[in-house]
Amino acid sequence: MAILVFAETADKKIKKSSLEAVSYAAAMGGDVVAVVLGQVEGGELDKIGTSGGTKVLHADDAKLNEGVIQAYASVLAEATGKAGADTVVLAKSSLGDAVAARLSVKMGAGLVSNVVALPQGNKVKRSIYTGKAFANVELKGSKKIIAIKKNAVPLKTDGGAAVVEKFAPSLSDTDFKAKITSQEKAKGKVLLPEADIVVSGGRGLKGPENWGMVEELADALGAATGCSKPVSDMDWRPHHEHVGQTGVKVSPSLYIAIGISGAIQHLAGVNSSKYIVVINKDPEAPFFKAADYGVAADAFEVVPKLTEAIKALNN
Amino acid sequence: MKILVCITHVPDTTSKIAFTDGNTKFDSNGVQYIIGPYDDYALARAVELKEQTGGTITVLNVGTVETEPTLRKALAIGADDAIRVNVAPADSFFVAAQIAEVAKAESFDLILMGRESIDFNGGMVHGMVGELLGIPSISPVMKLDVEGNKVKMTREIEGGKELLEAELPLVAGCQEPIAEWKIPNMRGIMSARTKPLKVVEPSAVDGLTVTENYELPPAKGQVKMIDKDNIGELVRLLKEEAKVI
Ligand SMILES: Cc1cc2nc3c(=O)[nH]c(=O)nc-3n(C[C@H](O)[C@H](O)[C@H](O)COP(=O)(O)OP(=O)(O)OC[C@H]3O[C@@H](n4cnc5c(N)ncnc54)[C@H](O)[C@@H]3O)c2cc1C
Ligand SMILES: Cc1cc2nc3c(=O)[nH]c(=O)nc-3n(C[C@H](O)[C@H](O)[C@H](O)COP(=O)(O)OP(=O)(O)OC[C@H]3O[C@@H](n4cnc5c(N)ncnc54)[C@H](O)[C@@H]3O)c2cc1C
Repeated sequence: MAILVFAETADKKIKKSSLEAVSYAAAMGGDVVAVVLGQVEGGELDKIGTSGGTKVLHADDAKLNEGVIQAYASVLAEATGKAGADTVVLAKSSLGDAVAARLSVKMGAGLVSNVVALPQGNKVKRSIYTGKAFANVELKGSKKIIAIKKNAVPLKTDGGAAVVEKFAPSLSDTDFKAKITSQEKAKGKVLLPEADIVVSGGRGLKGPENWGMVEELADALGAATGCSKPVSDMDWRPHHEHVGQTGVKVSPSLYIAIGISGAIQHLAGVNSSKYIVVINKDPEAPFFKAADYGVAADAFEVVPKLTEAIKALNN
Repeated sequence: MKILVCITHVPDTTSKIAFTDGNTKFDSNGVQYIIGPYDDYALARAVELKEQTGGTITVLNVGTVETEPTLRKALAIGADDAIRVNVAPADSFFVAAQIAEVAKAESFDLILMGRESIDFNGGMVHGMVGELLGIPSISPVMKLDVEGNKVKMTREIEGGKELLEAELPLVAGCQEPIAEWKIPNMRGIMSARTKPLKVVEPSAVDGLTVTENYELPPAKGQVKMIDKDNIGELVRLLKEEAKVI
């Protein structure tokens, strides 16, 4: 039986985390049908095949360009019927969560979120207590939805070509009752939840005027920028960069923390990173206990040196 | 306006997480319980909305008797009455179905929840309740204003935010900076003791998932400290040892 994947887009491109979801479904075995909603740039649909998908259902309707929660859930429910799928895989995200929840009720499917590895039969491993523990969960019925965390499986890059089929779902007005009136998005930036490398700054950086060096390091690494909660509370940085218990939870390959003390609530958002580098002038800062590599020194001295060294490596 | 705020009863964010009984039960030994931080934002916004437009705030928890002090705290912060659905929560759908049953009987105008619980981190209950009731569900919401029947919201999206408009009734999953957390004052604490807390029996619903057991992540190895005058070594380690750049 086919597995359906919700392939989410951002700026008319398929998100990397969604391509990981395609690879995850492919590793589960069987046909993988990815649903792409709204218009996308040329060449984007090819990535579904490369990542392991066998088929794409593309509803290229401009009404679906923005993530309308209710409409997306209805369209995905229709797509599961069309594809004959009883399993749906998607990448956890603020839109993915909101859509998956409604879809699970429509399908009568068991739903497990924050899944970190491939299923073993009907069982999946999920992250709980904000990264402080895992639970092994059994999905009871035949219908299931699995929302995966970033880096649950490696992205497949050697898949074949997927068949693209146009899909014209029936859209009902009631699903568009909550209207998106405008969107504001940072352009050309690596999205924090999607990033393989995150460079994050805390109160130790003293003020928003000092973020230039954080951004330069992030640029040199192709990284996204993040921050601690007080930094976004004081409006030094936008809220969507706030990492931790009450902010974005990231699981990149590398997290670089600059001038962040490592409070337990901050660690909760970063503890599933593969590697952590901490730069803090206080050698006793708790963050060092959670780090793989540490530099106990003034960030204003270390960060520019690190950026230079990375640039030298890139050249 | 009749507002329902759904709250979780969860370990304080500084709690050490451990399990007992062959890793099948959460070890609550020495754990302090709090209102979920996101639910606390939802409650704080509900109190502000009530100040502006009048109405009532009901708080609801699906849980066993141990959660009552947490419900009392919500009453102290400003809710008018509380409901506890007397059952241990089994999974997100089970909880959502219980909430939807209560909501159907009481017809609330606005249902506020947290963006996610901090124990199971599902981020799912609001969407499920919205679908069960056939009303919009929006999450994560960082700003929410009500004018008559219209609700204007700001929702966080990756890399930014979007503005939305919808009509009551709806469900919203809240996060900061929707409101500042409120600390109960003495008068609130006194009056909370006598505010109504109704216990209702659960409806017959089956959860769709079963948690078999728990695991803790492997312990982190020793940190390698690098001298500030030898940053080249850090870059080498990231490239050759960690292989992440
Ligand atoms: C319910 C709850 C939820 C929370 N959620 C979150 C959350 O989601 N995310 C979050 O981040 N916090 C959260 N917090 C707050 C958290 O407890 C900490 O207060 C916060 O993380 C501290 O931020 P910080 O590390 O930037 O600042 P500080 O703790 O002030 O640390 C600054 C650090 O910078 C270092 N420093 C100073 N100058 C320099 C320099 N020149 N060079 C290098 N280092 C320097 C200092 O040694 C210090 O370690 C939450 C708290 C609560 C109660
Ligand atoms: C002893 C114990 C054992 C548990 N075992 C399990 C388990 O095995 N599996 C499991 O999935 N869950 C279990 N839970 C339940 C867990 O606490 C959650 O209530 C439930 O799983 C919903 O979680 P979620 O992460 O999907 O919620 P989310 O979707 O993340 O929650 C969003 C919002 O919904 C509301 N909400 C969520 N739960 C409740 C609730 N119980 N009452 C009122 N409002 C609520 C809150 O406003 C919350 O912010 C257990 C709880 C306890 C106390």
